[in-house]
Amino acid sequence: MNKKESAGERLLNGIIVENPTFVLTLGMCPTLAVTTSAVNGLGMGLTTMAVLALSNLIISLLRNIIPDKVRIPAFIVIIASFVTIMQLLLEGFLPSLYESLGIYIPLIVVNCIILGRAEAYASKRPALLSLFDGIGMGLGFSLALTCIGAVRELLGAGEIFGVRIMPQSFVPISIFVMAPGAFFVLAALTAGMNAVKKAGEKRGRDMSRIRTGCDLDCSHCGQSAGCTKPEKEG
Amino acid sequence: MWEQVSELLLLVLGSALVSNVVLSQFLGLCPFLGVSRKVETAAGMGTAVIFVITLASGVAGAVYRFILVPLGIEYLQTIVFILVIAALVQFVEMFLKRYMKGLYEALGVYLPLITTNCAVLGVALTNVQKEYGIFTGIVNGFATALGFTVAIIILAGIREKMEHNDIPEVLQGMPIVLLTAGLMAIAFCGFSGLL
Repeated sequence: MNKKESAGERLLNGIIVENPTFVLTLGMCPTLAVTTSAVNGLGMGLTTMAVLALSNLIISLLRNIIPDKVRIPAFIVIIASFVTIMQLLLEGFLPSLYESLGIYIPLIVVNCIILGRAEAYASKRPALLSLFDGIGMGLGFSLALTCIGAVRELLGAGEIFGVRIMPQSFVPISIFVMAPGAFFVLAALTAGMNAVKKAGEKRGRDMSRIRTGCDLDCSHCGQSAGCTKPEKEG
Repeated sequence: MWEQVSELLLLVLGSALVSNVVLSQFLGLCPFLGVSRKVETAAGMGTAVIFVITLASGVAGAVYRFILVPLGIEYLQTIVFILVIAALVQFVEMFLKRYMKGLYEALGVYLPLITTNCAVLGVALTNVQKEYGIFTGIVNGFATALGFTVAIIILAGIREKMEHNDIPEVLQGMPIVLLTAGLMAIAFCGFSGLL
């Protein structure tokens, strides 16, 4: 990173340049599981954003105190604490969202994006930048989840945010709000990214930043730092 | 007696096939997509997952029942479970390396990858949420992992065949695998008539 880093640049970076879902393909489990509607996607995205921003802030503040050897467990404890706080807050104040997100709220702990940012960014940079990096990444993630949720809701129920969009004659393709639809939507998305990448390469631009999921295994997420030997397949 | 056995059988069918952990709950997608290029590696991964999840659901269940509940700190379950699972996987790896060389050579490479598998934490949390006892929890964990293994082996089999096919350029790589997984998910929807 040789560009000048500022709070604004960090926000933009998370939302567009390094969008965690569309560009980095991180955190796919929650992306598929909770995007049955735009509201669910937005709720999940904002919850993740809160955890990401706060854990980035704390990890950055503690970066000189945590010994290098135990940093991954330390990060996990910090992240898990914030996830528990968010879980209790949601249960208390937004019970309907808590119900519909269910088990995927505690599972934010194992979301690759959060530990990945802690390891790649917050553990090396000053607190304010890390906070804004977390907010930017979180907004990018929320945006992506809301878009995917909106597409699935539109095709599967003819509505977006519960408002009817499609004409009455439209027959909802309910498979899109069921489990298989999530795979199909993500397949279309990665195919689109493939196409963008190929087009860019033809014009001679460096598109290596966009990962099109061939490495969708965990080897590029921060957590693999704890893995001694990621599998090599022939 | 018979009633309990049939109840457990229903639980196994439900967790392994009807609400399959990857194809309908999207847990453990990373290894499902990442380690499914060959049937052999997929089977190795599946075995390791069965081993770890069964063990982890037992240990997490015991920790919840005998430590968290008596102390009244159930709300710490997420933190405690993730630490217990990470420590358990480390411990299993060391134990196998020292005492069971053969098994270690077969499963060793997959073990570190499993720590971060959200299916392990997911099963531990589901067991608590559905208020399963420790034994029922272990059965549920085993069945869930079995479902994972079935799904990943099927996907690997299809991918091996697909390697020689002429796939459109934009669909090469992950998109075609996701399409395959989607079609498998539709097939697994058919199992919902079983219960």
